[in-house]
Amino acid sequence: MGVYHRGTESTERGGGRAFSFFSVSSVPLWLILLCFATQNVWAVRIGEISETTFGEQVVRFFTFRDPALRYALVGSILLGINCGLLGGFLVVRKMALVGDSLSHAVLPGVALGFMWNMTKDPVAIFIGATIAGLLGAVVVNLIKETTLLKEDTALGLVLAAFFAAGMVLITIIQRLETANKSGVDKYLFGQAAAISLEDVKLMSAVTALSVAAITIFYKGFLVTSFDAGFARATGFPVRVFHYALMLLLAFSVVISLQAVGVVLVSAMLITPAAAAYMLTDRMHRLLVLASVFGIFAGACGAFFSFLRPNLPTGPFMVLGASAVFVGAFLFGPKHGVVVRWWMHRSRAHRTKRENTLKSIFHVLEARNFHGEGVTLAELAERRRETIEEARQQAANLRAHGQATLNEDTMYLTPDGMQRAMAIVRNHRLWELYLTNAAQIAVDHVHEDAEKIEHVLGEDVVRELERRLDFAQKDPHGRVIPSVADIRKAAAAPERVGATGYGN
Amino acid sequence: MPDLIPTFSWADVVLAPWQGGFSADPATPMGFWQVLMGFFVGSACGLVGNYLMLRRMALVGDAISHSVLPGIAIAFLVSGSRGSAAMFVGALLAGVVTTVIIEAIHRNSRIKQDAAIGIAFTSLFAIGVILISVFAGQVDLDQECVLYGEIGTVPLEESATIAGKALGPTSVVRMGGVLVMTVLLIGVFYKELLVSSFDPGLASSMGINATAMHYGLMSWLSVVVVSAFESVGAILVIAMLILPGATARLLTNRLGVIMLMTVVHCAVSSVIGVHLAYWLECSMAAAIVVAATGLFVLAWIFSPSQGLLRRAFHKFFTSGEPVIENGVSVKPA
Repeated sequence: MGVYHRGTESTERGGGRAFSFFSVSSVPLWLILLCFATQNVWAVRIGEISETTFGEQVVRFFTFRDPALRYALVGSILLGINCGLLGGFLVVRKMALVGDSLSHAVLPGVALGFMWNMTKDPVAIFIGATIAGLLGAVVVNLIKETTLLKEDTALGLVLAAFFAAGMVLITIIQRLETANKSGVDKYLFGQAAAISLEDVKLMSAVTALSVAAITIFYKGFLVTSFDAGFARATGFPVRVFHYALMLLLAFSVVISLQAVGVVLVSAMLITPAAAAYMLTDRMHRLLVLASVFGIFAGACGAFFSFLRPNLPTGPFMVLGASAVFVGAFLFGPKHGVVVRWWMHRSRAHRTKRENTLKSIFHVLEARNFHGEGVTLAELAERRRETIEEARQQAANLRAHGQATLNEDTMYLTPDGMQRAMAIVRNHRLWELYLTNAAQIAVDHVHEDAEKIEHVLGEDVVRELERRLDFAQKDPHGRVIPSVADIRKAAAAPERVGATGYGN
Repeated sequence: MPDLIPTFSWADVVLAPWQGGFSADPATPMGFWQVLMGFFVGSACGLVGNYLMLRRMALVGDAISHSVLPGIAIAFLVSGSRGSAAMFVGALLAGVVTTVIIEAIHRNSRIKQDAAIGIAFTSLFAIGVILISVFAGQVDLDQECVLYGEIGTVPLEESATIAGKALGPTSVVRMGGVLVMTVLLIGVFYKELLVSSFDPGLASSMGINATAMHYGLMSWLSVVVVSAFESVGAILVIAMLILPGATARLLTNRLGVIMLMTVVHCAVSSVIGVHLAYWLECSMAAAIVVAATGLFVLAWIFSPSQGLLRRAFHKFFTSGEPVIENGVSVKPA
């Protein structure tokens, strides 16, 4: 039977201790908690739920009857908010693994806090762990500043050394036959069911503190994160902000330990924030999104570990966060892999079509625009392709309404002609610009123009024309189609025997 | 709290481990195998770790030592045995998968490498822990063994025999084999590893396949990690990938000398660590790491070129920070 089912004991311990700063700083969160606490009458006795099915567990989860479940859920959600918020800064500061290092470094503090009076006193553990975490951050900086060792080495070193010290202390504690020693090893992998009302109070106080600090000093955190040099020059105390962030980070690592465990806290810091980073470019949106993802991951962990006894919470939270990340990584609207692949593909196809259009234009230009039709043979010869390849290109153009195909002869539609002229104009303008403005030899400009002709926007083209004094001919002596020509091509679709240029 | 730190007794802490007794082979004492195991694991990890540090990938070692867990768990479930062949294959695959995932994330998106490392190894580790807890009945492995692996019990293992001759506890023999292979591989590929670590561009121009070296190093890292894993736990592995090399790096600039110092560092810290564990009755692997950390701190304080003492001394007499160029501190111009 899972630890969740032993819910009632935690409520009994609940009212014992209160924190002086708690009532002031986290009123809204406290209100949410009160709503939960009033439903205690529904608490289930241990005996009643010895045998439960999967479905019943799901129902029990969503009716929130167990107080232990409510604490676990609220705790996981608070943890998600906290980690998402601070993780956002870690990810944009390229300090993701600082979170990993710090979360391991708190372990000796947890053990010492436990040793303070040999009980799982949340306050003592909180203080000890925070001090250990900060000490770890200071040592990392000290190693970086005084030796030639690189940051990754310093982080790994602190992680391993502090964690080993913690393990020594924990194995010493476990050797002693003292009551209440159980639970200190739960800090390694996390069990949300072990969260008590006291823990929830502590967690909401810390969350309120983090949210308040980041809201009030948002500008400072933002500037020091993105441009430390500029921040220093404008008088922001960069070091103070760095250590303030480390302090908040240590706080949130410590409150997360019980639910996620030392080993996986870093995932809750990094993964939701990285997912948010895939979706937006604005820092405040990133922070909000990261918190939302953190909440989702926290709830996932609480839910799945509730389904069966002895399932750990932390790993399910991590997988929830990873699922969100995979979604954002693949389907993010701007930076997602699938979207970028699709855009890349459609751009490649468009480039191919435009090259065909350009070749058709060249064929027409070579015979001074006598006759509208271009045969597949002519196109194939021009592009040095087989007839079959040319036929494929033609079919592609027809599918996009840029040409019609009659037997083996192609006719550009007005739209196709317009596009062909635009591409040729871009190409020749760019060649001229390179020879005139950048003093590049005439026979070296073609390759560059081949690439840029597909991406020049309308306004850039007008700018180029202006700078080149609306030149008529490119460096090779060929005519550059003008805007007027292009408009003519579009406006007079039904003309026979001419294509709108050169008549 | 007098129980926390037992009184130091010379006979129990220093002499007893070397006076035979409880090991499977009564002729050799417990302490011998424990120190030997610590030394083997430390050296194998330390030698590979030096290259990780040169490549600024120290934390990839941390990542891989976590992410081999699902590989091991799946190997257990598929093969149904603790056979080392299946475990090696599983861990090797998991190591390569980790490397591939890290590369895939940071090459195909705006996520930086450090965040990619964090995402990859935590996800895989989570999958491993879940697999183990869901199939708890079928897997003879618990999640804590990953961290708690204990050198202390190594001498109690069955003895490995080759051609009818008992060599020593199985995992010590296996780890010794891995160490020998590590030294051989480094000897054979010394130049390739050196060049591709410092300058991948130059390596490519010399005809060395830097990508192959990268994946080769990661694969061998997984092998070292998994062979150490079961008996000593992840924490000793992670620490020994970094600590010996970092200590040596404070004292010298030559890679060859660093390698030698790494081995010496591992020997000293495993001797001290084993005795520390006998004294405090704590996790032996963690005690070895604490001893190794002690050596690092000593080097950090007393290093002739980068040491804290030298810095303080320098500051006192010249009222300025020492200028360090190419690892050698020079007088400010």
